[in-house]
Amino acid sequence: MSESAPLHVLYFAWLRERTGMAEERVRPPPGVASVAALIDWLAARGPGHAAAFAHRATVRCAVNQEFADPATAVHPGDEVAFFPPVTGG
Amino acid sequence: MARIRVQTEDFDAGAELAALAAGRTDVGGIGCFVGTVRGDVGGRALAALVLEHYPAMTERALGQIVAEAGRRWALLGCTVIHRVGRLEPGANIVLVAAASAHRADALEATAFLIDWLKTKAPFWKREEFADGAAAWVAARETDAAAADRWTEAAAGGRPG
Repeated sequence: MSESAPLHVLYFAWLRERTGMAEERVRPPPGVASVAALIDWLAARGPGHAAAFAHRATVRCAVNQEFADPATAVHPGDEVAFFPPVTGG
Repeated sequence: MARIRVQTEDFDAGAELAALAAGRTDVGGIGCFVGTVRGDVGGRALAALVLEHYPAMTERALGQIVAEAGRRWALLGCTVIHRVGRLEPGANIVLVAAASAHRADALEATAFLIDWLKTKAPFWKREEFADGAAAWVAARETDAAAADRWTEAAAGGRPG
């Protein structure tokens, strides 16, 4: 059986600066099936990730380019982006 | 009906407004908001704003906001242009414009478009100060409140 598709994770603004990367492809364990669980898992990947997710109330998320919340499901192959509250205009 | 663009280059607001009415006689009014870079932040001199966005999502998010405006008001045309990259004081950042047969629809839709754009489109501003410091702009409660008034309006009645 082939390995499942990785998650494509993107970071913007200060989340990119704190993680030290604009994107990464990750294969979390099968139990990581929601945005909240993914944040928990990503935050344990290193000090930069821990710093990026230290204040979760200020982290926003999109799954497959649609705004998402902590309960939103994530599936192999999804594009999941993390960023601060938006400040355009 | 809608023109949506995300670009580094400047735009010509006059030309954009003219394009909304060009070749037609049913437009009775065009509402427009242009956002520009202020040269100081709380008394501190700004060197530039750097605008970042999420390219795969931005035009879709702007399209959803424009579509919602089209459901709420009788619009004959709509333009949203947002610049990205490094913008110095005085530069244009954003243009939203809405054309309608009558002013109320054009003006209300314009206010709605900029209020929702500020809270529902994936752009982020970083301030570079003249003294060399830099900081990401924090989201403002007043922007969230401005966007929320349209949510209340959808539930019943227009914003006050």
